[in-house]
Amino acid sequence: MNNNKVIQVKSLTKMFGDFTAVDAITFDIEKGEIFGFLGANGAGKTTAMKMLIGISKPTSGEAKVAGFDVYKQTEDIKKNIGYMSQKFALYDDLTVKENITFFGGIYGLSRKKIKEKSEALIEELGLEKVANQLVGALPLGWKQKLSFSVSLIHDPKIVFLDEPTGGVDPITRRQFWEMIYKAAHQGTTVFVTTHYMDEAEYCDRVSIMVNGKIEALDTPKKLKEQFKAANMNDVFLKLARG
Amino acid sequence: MKRFIGFIKKEFYHIFRDKRSLFILFGMPIAQILLFGFAITNEINNVDIAILDHSKDATTKEIINKIAASKYFSIKQMITREAGIASVFQKGQVKAVLNFEKDFSKNLIKDHKATVQIITDATDPNTANTITNYVNAILQQYQKELNKDITIAYQIVPETRMVYNPELKSVYMFVPGVMTIILMLVSAMMTSISITREKELGTMEILLVSPLKPFQVIIGKVLPYIFLSIINALVIVMLSIFIFNMPVQGSLFLLGLESVLFIISALALGILISTISSTQQTAMMISLMGLMLPVILLSGFIFPISSMPLPLQIISNIIPAKWFIIILKGIMLKGVGLQYIWKETLILLGMTVFFIALSVKKYKIRLE
Repeated sequence: MNNNKVIQVKSLTKMFGDFTAVDAITFDIEKGEIFGFLGANGAGKTTAMKMLIGISKPTSGEAKVAGFDVYKQTEDIKKNIGYMSQKFALYDDLTVKENITFFGGIYGLSRKKIKEKSEALIEELGLEKVANQLVGALPLGWKQKLSFSVSLIHDPKIVFLDEPTGGVDPITRRQFWEMIYKAAHQGTTVFVTTHYMDEAEYCDRVSIMVNGKIEALDTPKKLKEQFKAANMNDVFLKLARG
Repeated sequence: MKRFIGFIKKEFYHIFRDKRSLFILFGMPIAQILLFGFAITNEINNVDIAILDHSKDATTKEIINKIAASKYFSIKQMITREAGIASVFQKGQVKAVLNFEKDFSKNLIKDHKATVQIITDATDPNTANTITNYVNAILQQYQKELNKDITIAYQIVPETRMVYNPELKSVYMFVPGVMTIILMLVSAMMTSISITREKELGTMEILLVSPLKPFQVIIGKVLPYIFLSIINALVIVMLSIFIFNMPVQGSLFLLGLESVLFIISALALGILISTISSTQQTAMMISLMGLMLPVILLSGFIFPISSMPLPLQIISNIIPAKWFIIILKGIMLKGVGLQYIWKETLILLGMTVFFIALSVKKYKIRLE
């Protein structure tokens, strides 16, 4: 097994009754890569992602995440990945510090480590003044950034981001992608789904899912050449419209 | 284990920072017990009555004095004519009228028989019934005193004695019921709401992706409520003992154990509800309609099960609260030990195991 390949997926399939939600998808993702996982609503992105993060069992096919099997080693997978969902998912009625402590705690970090992490994180995000305020009172953009940092608290090998920038203003979106780059630079693999095609341009490689199948997979530059399109938006429209 | 403690700490933050759940947890039990104890009562106290005395002799005067002396009645007025009876009832001034026949003493001596008519306002049948019984009791008492020296052969005097709750204190009947309702409410409704809340907010997904195992998540959500429910049960028992002077005849330890068993069965129901509802509102509605109503109506708390139609009697058997109320009454009022309530305990235990198994199964299906 190639140690640089942190995600290996081969013919992964998920059926719900007669309906094939994910149809034999195959791809590899390398360490430190930012992998854009695109597709229209209902194309099967979320289902595919759920299989990779170990909360949904595949119907057939193979997949290894961080070197662990998605059928048998979901517990090991969970320890090695971070996850941020499209629904904002910190606790509104806990303070910034309490949220960090809680999530650090469920990933089994020591008290000392949590303290270090939370101080570093608060400083990095410039949240010193609101550290003891309830998260519910923060603006959405701050919450989102905090949520991303929290998903990285246990230094996971891979972080899965499910439409992380939904409903966020362009400036915050920009800052958010800077954080993603920083994480990738430090060796964290980033698996991100998005509906914003300008964000797709920021990814190292992009896959586009249509009706459960991966129809295209390459760097944004090569995809644009292949589909003779000016930007990723056109690539996506050409594919998704069939 | 450390993960787990953090989780429980977080759960307490949720509870203590939400005024609504705090109120349900602590305001409600106290309010309910006080309400049921003081306001809603079957006892009669100082009921206003009127008297129509056609004879005005020594005997009737003695009886009237006895009635006036009791704390149950206060004599509001003396009526002089039959026509006055209807008018006092219509004005709503009194709940009952005692009508002594003419020549009461004479008849009593001559025929060994005299009549007093007890007319009650039966728009409230329960009260009317109770009043009649109380007046009868006073009359019986008086009769006994009269006959003290005379022995009449073959006289049957029915003597009723209420056991276990000799003073017919309604609070004694309500405490087990209220305790059952509160424990059901706190355990089932609050847990189902708190679990569905995590689903609604999307935090449940994050928890499931974390290394915490699903059953750890559920136990972590449930444990604080077990703790709070036990405190609630304690508060209720304390209130009943110190405010209503209700004696707990049986073992407090057994009472505690049985309560924990019931709490766990309610929690399992709460988990079950959370697996079938996706929003907090749904969870609340299902808890209220599916649990609270049957507990109030079919558990024997307010309406005696033996006077229900047969189909309802059969349905009442599947309601855990019914068995818990029997157990509570047994321990609190009759002072019995486990040897008398082991059947009910076993049924409750069986139900608890069944609910837990079912919710674990449902929960697993949902994860797929």
